[in-house]
Amino acid sequence: MNPLFGLAEKKILVTGASSGIGRAVADMLAGQGATVMITARNEERLQTVLQSLPNDGHHYFCADLTVDEEVKKLAAEMPVLDGIILNAGMVKTVPVQFVKREDLDYMFNLMLHSSILLVQQLLKNKKLKPGASVCFISSVASQKITIGNAIYSAAKGALNSFTKSLALELAPKQIRVNAILPGMVQTAILNSGVVSDEQLQIHLKNYPLGRFGQPQDIAGLTVYLMADVSQWMTGSLIVLDGGYTLK
Amino acid sequence: MEKELFEQLEDILELAPGTVTLSDTFRDYENWDSMANLSVIAMLDDSFGVHIASQDFKNLITVGDLIEEIKKRTA
Repeated sequence: MNPLFGLAEKKILVTGASSGIGRAVADMLAGQGATVMITARNEERLQTVLQSLPNDGHHYFCADLTVDEEVKKLAAEMPVLDGIILNAGMVKTVPVQFVKREDLDYMFNLMLHSSILLVQQLLKNKKLKPGASVCFISSVASQKITIGNAIYSAAKGALNSFTKSLALELAPKQIRVNAILPGMVQTAILNSGVVSDEQLQIHLKNYPLGRFGQPQDIAGLTVYLMADVSQWMTGSLIVLDGGYTLK
Repeated sequence: MEKELFEQLEDILELAPGTVTLSDTFRDYENWDSMANLSVIAMLDDSFGVHIASQDFKNLITVGDLIEEIKKRTA
C-alpha cells in the first residue's frame, strides 16, 4: 500500500466514540494502523469499544465535553496528536415555536461550543502537531432543510462556518481542518423510536442509492482525511449522503 | 386538562374555538400535516410534561386517545 494512505504511527483523538459514527471511526482508524484515543461520557461503553478495537496501544478517556473543566483535563492528558475527529452530537426534533432556551443552550453547547473549546485547549497545550488533521462531523441538515430540525441545522451551519475559519487560522501551521456532512446514518439514535418506521421508509425514498448511510461509510472518509494523502485539503465541507442532496 | 388540550389543538391547527371534540380523529383535521404532527408532540411535552416518541404517537388516533395517554403518563 502507498504509505500516503496509511495511518501507521498516527495518534488520533475521536470524540463521541462510545457508539454510532464515532465508534465506527475509531474502529476503522485503528484498523488502518492508527493509535486512537477515544472519549465519551459513558465509561462502561468506552471500555467495551476499547476492547473491540483492532491492534493495541489505544486509550480511552471518560469526559463530558459540555463541562469546561473536563475539556481542559482531556486536552492536558492527550499526547501530541496527528489528528482529531469531533463527533459528539445529538438530535432533537422540535418546531421553533416549542424550542426552549435550555434545549437551545444544550444543543449548541454539545454540538458547537464543546468542539470549539476542545480544539482551543488542544492548541493552547500544543497537542496538535504541525501537519495535523482536524475533522468535524457536521450534517447535510446544515444545507438541506427538513422541518422540526431548525436548531440542529443552525448548530451544524455554525460548525461549517467555524470549520472554514479555523482552517484559515491554522493553515500557517499546516494544520488542516475539514468537515464531513453526512446524510441520514443508521445509528441507535434512529432506532430509538424518536422517528417512526413509517417516517423512515418515506424519507428513504429521498436516497438515490437506496439506503441510509452506515457508520462505516463515514468512517472511510475520515481515514482519507487523517492520512497524508489529503494534505492539500483544508476548509472543505464534504457532502457524503448517498445522493440525498441531488434531489 | 381536557379544555387545555382542546385549546392547544385549536391553536396549532388553526381551528375555530370550541370545535375540537373527544371523538375527533385528529389526523383528519384539514390543516394536519407533518408540521402539525411535530407540533402536537412538542405541545404534549411542553404543556403536559408528556414525552412521546413518534413510534408511539402513531398509535394514538383520537383526541380522546391523547387525553388517555396524558392521564396514563402523568398518573
